[in-house]
Amino acid sequence: MKLRTLILGLCSASALAFAANAESITIATVNKGDMVRMQKLTDDFTAKNPDIQLQWVTLEENVLRERVTTDIATKGGQYDVVTIGNYEVPIWAKQGWLLSLDKLGADYDVDDILPAIRGGLSLDGKLYAAPFYGESAMIMYRTDLMEKAGLKMPEKPTWEFIGDAARKMTDRANGINGICLRGKAGWGENMAFLTAMDNSFGGRWFDEKWQPQFDQPEWKNTLDTYVKLMKDAGPEGASSNGFNENLTLFQQGKCGMWIDATVAASFVSDPKNSTVADKVGFAIFPDTGNGNHGNWLWSWNLAVPASSQKADAAQKFVSWATSKGYTDLVASKEGWTNAPPGTRTSLYNNEEYKKAAAFAGPTLAAMNAADITKPSVKPVPYTGGQFVAIPEFQGLGTTVGQLFSAALAGQSSVDDALAAAQTAATREMTRAKYIK
Amino acid sequence: MARAVSTRAKIGWTIAAWAVALLIFFPILYTIITSFKSETEAIAGFSLIPSGTLESYSEVQSQYNYFKPFMNSVIISVGSTLIALAVAIPAAWSMAFSPTKHTKDILMWMLSTKMMPAVAVLVPMYLIFRDWNLLDSRIGLTIMLMLINLPIVVWMLYTYFREIPGEILEAARMDGATLWGEIVYVLTPMAVPGIASTLLLNIILAWNEAFWTIRLTTTEAAPLTAFITSFSSPQGLFWAKLSAASTLAIAPILIMGWFSQKQLVRGLTFGAVK
Amino acid sequence: MATRQTGTLARFMMAPSVILLLIWMVVPLAMTLWFSFQNYNLLDPTQTGFAGLFNYRFFYSDPAFFQSIWNTLVIVVGVLLITVIGGIALALLIDQPIFGQGLVRILVISPFFVMPPVAALVWKNMIMHPQYGVFADIAKFFGLQPIDWFGQHPLLSIVIIVAWQWLPFATLILLTALQSLDGEQKEAAEMDGAGFVSRFIHLTLPHMARAITVVILIQTIFLLSVYAEILVTTNGGPGYASTNLPFLIYRTALLGYDVGGASAGGIIAVVLANIVALFLMRAVGKNLDK
Repeated sequence: MKLRTLILGLCSASALAFAANAESITIATVNKGDMVRMQKLTDDFTAKNPDIQLQWVTLEENVLRERVTTDIATKGGQYDVVTIGNYEVPIWAKQGWLLSLDKLGADYDVDDILPAIRGGLSLDGKLYAAPFYGESAMIMYRTDLMEKAGLKMPEKPTWEFIGDAARKMTDRANGINGICLRGKAGWGENMAFLTAMDNSFGGRWFDEKWQPQFDQPEWKNTLDTYVKLMKDAGPEGASSNGFNENLTLFQQGKCGMWIDATVAASFVSDPKNSTVADKVGFAIFPDTGNGNHGNWLWSWNLAVPASSQKADAAQKFVSWATSKGYTDLVASKEGWTNAPPGTRTSLYNNEEYKKAAAFAGPTLAAMNAADITKPSVKPVPYTGGQFVAIPEFQGLGTTVGQLFSAALAGQSSVDDALAAAQTAATREMTRAKYIK
Repeated sequence: MARAVSTRAKIGWTIAAWAVALLIFFPILYTIITSFKSETEAIAGFSLIPSGTLESYSEVQSQYNYFKPFMNSVIISVGSTLIALAVAIPAAWSMAFSPTKHTKDILMWMLSTKMMPAVAVLVPMYLIFRDWNLLDSRIGLTIMLMLINLPIVVWMLYTYFREIPGEILEAARMDGATLWGEIVYVLTPMAVPGIASTLLLNIILAWNEAFWTIRLTTTEAAPLTAFITSFSSPQGLFWAKLSAASTLAIAPILIMGWFSQKQLVRGLTFGAVK
Repeated sequence: MATRQTGTLARFMMAPSVILLLIWMVVPLAMTLWFSFQNYNLLDPTQTGFAGLFNYRFFYSDPAFFQSIWNTLVIVVGVLLITVIGGIALALLIDQPIFGQGLVRILVISPFFVMPPVAALVWKNMIMHPQYGVFADIAKFFGLQPIDWFGQHPLLSIVIIVAWQWLPFATLILLTALQSLDGEQKEAAEMDGAGFVSRFIHLTLPHMARAITVVILIQTIFLLSVYAEILVTTNGGPGYASTNLPFLIYRTALLGYDVGGASAGGIIAVVLANIVALFLMRAVGKNLDK
């Protein structure tokens, strides 16, 4: 009698559990090429997990951050998987807003993840986000235009060389801009680039007492060089150009050089979308002779908010999207050059990948050279290469980004922009009680 | 009374008026034309003759599932207007036919609620919606739009109802009609044009609302306004797709708008201009 | 017509609308007022407690604050000038005897029905884009350098887009008022030898005065909260060049996650809006007394 009741109970319980498992998870992601590609390949996931349905929210980077941050901070619970950067992960993990990822599966091989990346995503030894792709920054240039200008890209180019080469390559009559750089305002857009550039000029965001450094010579040099360079050799409307816009320009053959995230390399080398796929060369991020190449290190990661009701299904998806199996899937469907870069050591040991992707070597070198614990040659109280890992940075970084974008657009002088940035930063840091 | 105007003058005015009208309409026209181009065509340069391909339209559906935000727009526009009508018709009826000394004040007060800047209550509304599980829900958005447009609905109905001559109602009452009979058999047929006009205008206003629809939705309930906003900086070439998405988004309302010019004048000036 | 029986019924029928609007108005506004006196930052849960007037002072001392008030005024006045003057001109033009007047009207009123994000994106990408836009093509045709509209003239670009959207509204209202001008009066003036300009100033304009006032006031209410166009094009930049008050509040709330500060800004916005509302109510109120 008891056994029958027990079996009946078990059956109904498992039936309920099975019914409850037919669930849908909402994934928030950026409208970047690798993510769009992931969306196209999800048939593989749903075949392996027929009881999980996927809902996508694909947004532009700045908008995505705003939505996801608001949702997580107000515990809105709208997303089960969020795509966030290695900026948000340590801050949110500390606040308890993310779940630690301990259900990623036996063959996930978490030790395969590049140590520099993994370190940035872990707290107390636990992984709080899985890297989807990682990047540093480097120079992508047109080998044909460089040759035409009679120059050769050195192994460790300086900013002086870049400025000279860009001006020589510029041919506005034929629609060629010597160099394309980010100008669109945003802490993850133009400020990512300018922060790295300032690092390479020997500068930093804050000194040890958290005083902003925009009144120092390094930031003045950085902004001056940037604005003059863009005026002489940059495209029209540069102050509205972010990563996506510059990618289009380069692919359409309108840029002599482009200094940006290494992940762009696969897109500019893809003959399907790039008209100059076979004419691209790569070099390390420029410095001013001080050996600091910007220290840009970034990864887009998948994380599960603590407020998610569907944590298990979410973790299954996270595991699938960042596994070795996924990389193999992309390689089989779209070629090795399109495999999501910068996350696993095994990818860079893969002979086929190294053969197919000329940019694999430079990418790995750039990532290994980036040290986010020591972004500047001067001492700093923060970590973060092309960002500052404090919660206030996203508001402050965007405000400063707007001011510098105005300087680029010619709406304000470099000195005025720097003074305004100094005022805004001092205000914010005093209010947030960093400056006592 | 029509004065004879020389045909030459008429042609002159016609050319001037048409030139200006086409200039004003040009951005819309160019969008429609570009929607029938492929992406490489769209980026190639200025051209008024498209190749007539439908690939951008099909890509908008296949890549972005356009149907969903479209249906969301339909549901919340029509839904919010119908609910607003249900609440407003009795109110406007009573204010038009049984005015008290407070009627004017109440109407003015309703008008004033429309003037509150939405941004001022962004955070409280977001928090309220979150706590009641209304974020990214069609119901939540419907309620929101209903509240925003309610003052206009009440006002419009009020001005229409006021035009219905009271004598007819009195005549019906003297003929022994009950209150209910009064409403159904006498009032309603005379009020239908006014109600229809109000319906039309408010669907248009709800469809085009571009603050709450963007801030309170993500995937499920996102209507066309939010959907188009996500096109502001996509990766890759997107002009033709943007044009296709835009054309589909504005087409229904453009057509409705062409038929509702008079309602627009009355509704948005709160009856001050008729 | 009011009887005692219908009196109570009337109040009952008004109740739903009144109650709904009352709740809608009071509750969120009260919350905003409350938040404006609190330390409340969404990203930093450690900041709590009563803040007194700190939020107001912090918002007020933001270098962007006065710029945003100025920008708000520029947008409102700029669009009003373009739409009222343009609207009068267009109304006069359409009122002339022309072939296909109905079609002309339809073409002219179309921009009003285009939703703001679409309008802004179409202008940004297809018309004003310095590489691929129509204006750029025209400039290149004349051998000129294309203008970077959103980089060099962000506020002007916003004004142009918003004016394009509202010109039809003004035109339609003013045309309606114009067409209600008694034909006999017009003829009488003409027969008295009054020229076009004189007729316009002494006859047409005064007749349209009320409609013009209504257009100005209604548009001002909507123009004070221009938002989607800025969001989709410049995001308030470069710098604060195209940030108006609503956008500044939105940024404080959702980019700085400073609920307290944003609420203080919101209260300031409400005060400003009420000042405008006062004038509108008087104008519309006069209509009620007819």
